[in-house]
Amino acid sequence: MSRDETQRAIEASFRIERARLIAGLARMVQSIDRAEELAQEALLVALNEWPKTGVPANPGAWLMTAAKRRAIDAIRHERMRERKHGEIAQTLEEASDDAAMAIEAALDDEVGDELLGLIFVACHPMLTAEARAALTLRVIGGLTTDEIARAFLSTEAAIAKRIVRAKQAIAAAELSFEVPRGGERAARLPSVLEVIYLIFNEGYAATSGDDPVRPGLCLEGQRLGRMLAGLMPDDAEVFGLLALMEIQASRLAARLGPEGALVPLTAQDRTRWDQLLIRRGLEALARAEALDGGGPYVLQAALAACHARARSAADTDWGRIAALYDRLRVAAPSPVVDLNRAIAHSMAFGPEAGLRLLDAIADDPALRSYAPLPAARGDFLFRAGRFSEARGQFEAAAKLTRNAGEAAFLRARAAACR
Amino acid sequence: MRVMVLGKATEGNNGEPPTKEAFAAMDRFIEELVKAGVLVAGAGLKAGAEAKRITIDGDKRTIIDGPFAETRELVAGFQIWEVKDMDEALAWLKRYPAMPGKNEIELRPFMEAADLADYVTPEELATPREGERGKLGVA
Repeated sequence: MSRDETQRAIEASFRIERARLIAGLARMVQSIDRAEELAQEALLVALNEWPKTGVPANPGAWLMTAAKRRAIDAIRHERMRERKHGEIAQTLEEASDDAAMAIEAALDDEVGDELLGLIFVACHPMLTAEARAALTLRVIGGLTTDEIARAFLSTEAAIAKRIVRAKQAIAAAELSFEVPRGGERAARLPSVLEVIYLIFNEGYAATSGDDPVRPGLCLEGQRLGRMLAGLMPDDAEVFGLLALMEIQASRLAARLGPEGALVPLTAQDRTRWDQLLIRRGLEALARAEALDGGGPYVLQAALAACHARARSAADTDWGRIAALYDRLRVAAPSPVVDLNRAIAHSMAFGPEAGLRLLDAIADDPALRSYAPLPAARGDFLFRAGRFSEARGQFEAAAKLTRNAGEAAFLRARAAACR
Repeated sequence: MRVMVLGKATEGNNGEPPTKEAFAAMDRFIEELVKAGVLVAGAGLKAGAEAKRITIDGDKRTIIDGPFAETRELVAGFQIWEVKDMDEALAWLKRYPAMPGKNEIELRPFMEAADLADYVTPEELATPREGERGKLGVA
């Protein structure tokens, strides 16, 4: 193996261990920053030693031991410095011995919850969703700040600042790196799920011509979701989110037309949907439902699954979709859910049913300038044979949208109203 | 990227079921892969005695019943991993547990849209078709 190959092999091995290493170290030294430094120092030791000794049988434990030695050395160093200052305080000495012992003890402790603890800290609700996403991609996903900046169409300096501030806030709040239990866990889980879905969606919104880092965020989101499912096998919403991402990702290859325009779900070539991901999504959903899940992610995954199960758009079970929207509306009320519910009811029970539901939400201020609202009304009116009214709605929707392709589509629908 | 991991039985092993220890080692390895978000799919395959092969030579088709004399290429199991690059796949592969006898594990990246450029144009790929199985097995 050439030197370059050896180095790459070591770095790849380190990458696999990095998140767990940082998690374990952060719990010992109570600082993400310090943990990252120690992990990096361990990598340097490995790059020096492994070419001579070969990659050890258990690289994770090896790296952890190397990092631990560094941490203990630093503590001893600190103690020596204190002595030099002439303050031979017995308490201090005992304290640093305790710290070294705590590190030894933590090493023997095969709890394996460290990673989950770090995820909960990086996704703490006191941080903004953007800060949580950047920090999670950095410490758990192992992305560089440059990659994160490109992914979020930001600058490296801005992302670096965001991460530093997040770490400072975590340190200032003296957050525990333990996995929260019981009620606290339930209260903090949504902010973890929100961040993973945000990362996934950022990638899903990117189109094919963009920097590959952006669509790559879908994979990061899925990977984090899969990880979380492996670490929290008894939580329905974790599996709901995983199912939702797997099923949505199954359509990645089919959702863009030749000019990069989005192809609506009902017009997609279903033969290009990734059946492996659909199967994974349906299995995760089954697991979530077996855990009695009825939360927003499980319901959204169930909705996605209705489309995934239909061989063709005409086979779609709109009755089931309408019923799921009735439940989602209660679990996660939002005007957009109401609008989608009206569309589902129009497909299941006819355009009049859709129009009745639209009338109930027409005055919602959140939907005032929302193009999909008049577009949906136009579609219902068209299907009810009320063409001149439909045309007015399509024209209004075309004026509201900022997307040129969408505007052209809506004007074409207006022109067809005769 | 997605890679296929083919576990192959070699020399004197006709894909017989693993020992309890080997099964447990594989179970631990799979647990690691799951917790790292790497494993997408995987399964073990039954022994060569239950396998069948067909050789295709022009119009001629010959069916051969297992077990096979030549076991060097007998796939005993497969996994599909989602990894960032081949370096990462290789780092995982080095941790693949030892199965009884001599083994060979093969790592093969999946074809992606760009690899099909000689067969399918990007326009064809993006144009909805009806009633045909997808040309791409992957996203």
